[in-house]
Formats: sequence, structure tokens, C-alpha cells
Amino acid sequence: MKIGVIRFPGTNCDRDVAKAVELAGLTPEYVWWSEEKLTDYDGIVIPGGFSYGDYLRAGAMASITPVIDGIKELVKEEKPVLGICNGAQILGEIGLVPGIFITNEYPKFNCEWVDLKVATSRTPFTKAFKTSQTISLPIAHAEGRFYTEDIDLLKDQDQIVLQFEGKNPNGSMEAITSVCDESGLVCAMMPHPERACEELFGSDDGLNFFKGFL
Amino acid sequence: MLFDIEVKISLKSGMLNPEATTIERSLELLGYDVNNVKTVETIKFQMEGEDREVIRENVTDMCERLLCNPVIHDYKINVIPQNMACGK
Repeated sequence: MKIGVIRFPGTNCDRDVAKAVELAGLTPEYVWWSEEKLTDYDGIVIPGGFSYGDYLRAGAMASITPVIDGIKELVKEEKPVLGICNGAQILGEIGLVPGIFITNEYPKFNCEWVDLKVATSRTPFTKAFKTSQTISLPIAHAEGRFYTEDIDLLKDQDQIVLQFEGKNPNGSMEAITSVCDESGLVCAMMPHPERACEELFGSDDGLNFFKGFL
Repeated sequence: MLFDIEVKISLKSGMLNPEATTIERSLELLGYDVNNVKTVETIKFQMEGEDREVIRENVTDMCERLLCNPVIHDYKINVIPQNMACGK
């Protein structure tokens, strides 16, 4: 299975993601922002970083590139798409997931390991976990405060994927740090699963997110 | 005709604005008693055209598609014919 790893100018987690995709038993292939035809891929990861220097808003510039049209086409074909950190911000900007990730309540770049509650295991990326299970992943962002205009709709449609547990490090609405579209196939998450794919790094909880493409 | 365009982007009222809160706290540290600090981002550019309304429609489009995120932002657009701006 071939997984497209999207690269924008300023993406910096692409190689970590490609390694994680490999560890999960899949074949990663880098896809540049100018590509529009993505039909060869069985799934897509939009990695973290600072695409286009986070100008205007994190993810704003990336949201109007040709590769986004390709991603929207793949979503129509019901292929899974995972956006991590800056990738999550981009998915929010293009409206493939509800809500948006904005400047942290305390606007410092926040880099730490956090405990997370799996709020739903219906997405491909969280299917290996039990609902309400606690997992551990690192976060690294200054713009990760989740905000949506209609929180009740998200609850009704089971679109909340991960919530911070024990504390809410960025002031996100209801401590939400990952959401999905209605189908569950498009998932945006601020934590970095690719940085937690080997026990050597403290946890391998992140690997299951990539195995979700299988 | 050349138009000067000004787009002012602010967070919708009621939205938490950490930058404004930090400025307010810092001004208090200096001994100033200030309330309701807001930050507004201004983007300026020029456009060539004949009809002010057509230009305004174009800029509204830009705001909706890229410059703002309608979920969190309000925006105000000023379209000023350049000869007026110069006071000629």
C-alpha cells in the first residue's frame, strides 16, 4: 500500500512520518504541494511543520495549493487522510474537518508529552484502541487551541477523536485535540504520533495511527 | 484608475485573543489602567480597475478564500481611489 506524504515549503516532519509509515508496514512516497493527481495513493498523511512560514494563519497558504484539490478528490473516493499538527491546521482551514486550531491560550510554543483520551475508536487511525483508553503522545505547537462554532454537532456525530487528559495545555474547547469528518476517514490531530512509534522514544502508541491505513 | 485597498482583520467579538490579553497585562505592569485591548491586522495593497464596487467584490472574495477564516474573523474593507487618498 502506497501512502502519500505531502510536502509544502516549510514542512519539517515529513521524514519522521515516512519512517513511521514504513514501520507500520506501508510504503511512503513524498508528494510535492504542486501535485494535483493523487489517485495512485491508498492514503495521505499531511505532516507537521510550518508550511509557508505560518503566514496569515497556520495552514492558510497551504490550503489553496493544487495538492489540496487532489486530497479532496481522494476523500471523495473514501481514502483515509491523516493531518498531523500543521497538517491538522490545514485540514481545518480547508474545511475537511470541523473547527480550527488557533493560538494557544498561553501563546507559548508548547512542547511536551501529554496523556490523551481516545474519544472514539471508529476512525481507521484509532481502531486499535479502546474508546476511553489513555494513550501518551508528544505535542509541539503554538497554534493548537481547538475552536468550533458547534460543539454539540461534533458530539452528536461522534467526531471528537482525542482529548487531553489531566490538563488542557492550550485551552482547547473541551480539551479536544483531534477531530474527524462525518465518515471518520479524515482525521486532524495536533499530537505527533510519528514521534512515538518506537519504545526507545518513550512510547509506541503512535504506530497504531499509521497501521490504521492497513 | 488605481485604488488603495485596506483590509482590517480582527477576531470576532467574544473570541479569546491571547496577544491582546498579554498586551493588556504588560501595560498594567507599566502602571497604565487599560481595558478591552484588541489587536487588528491590516493588509494593504493596490489594484487597477474602473469600478469601485467590482474591486470591493473582488477583495471580499479574497477575504473569504484566503485572507480571513470566517469561523473566527471579522473583516472591514476600504477601497480608496488613489487620487482621493492623495487629496488631489
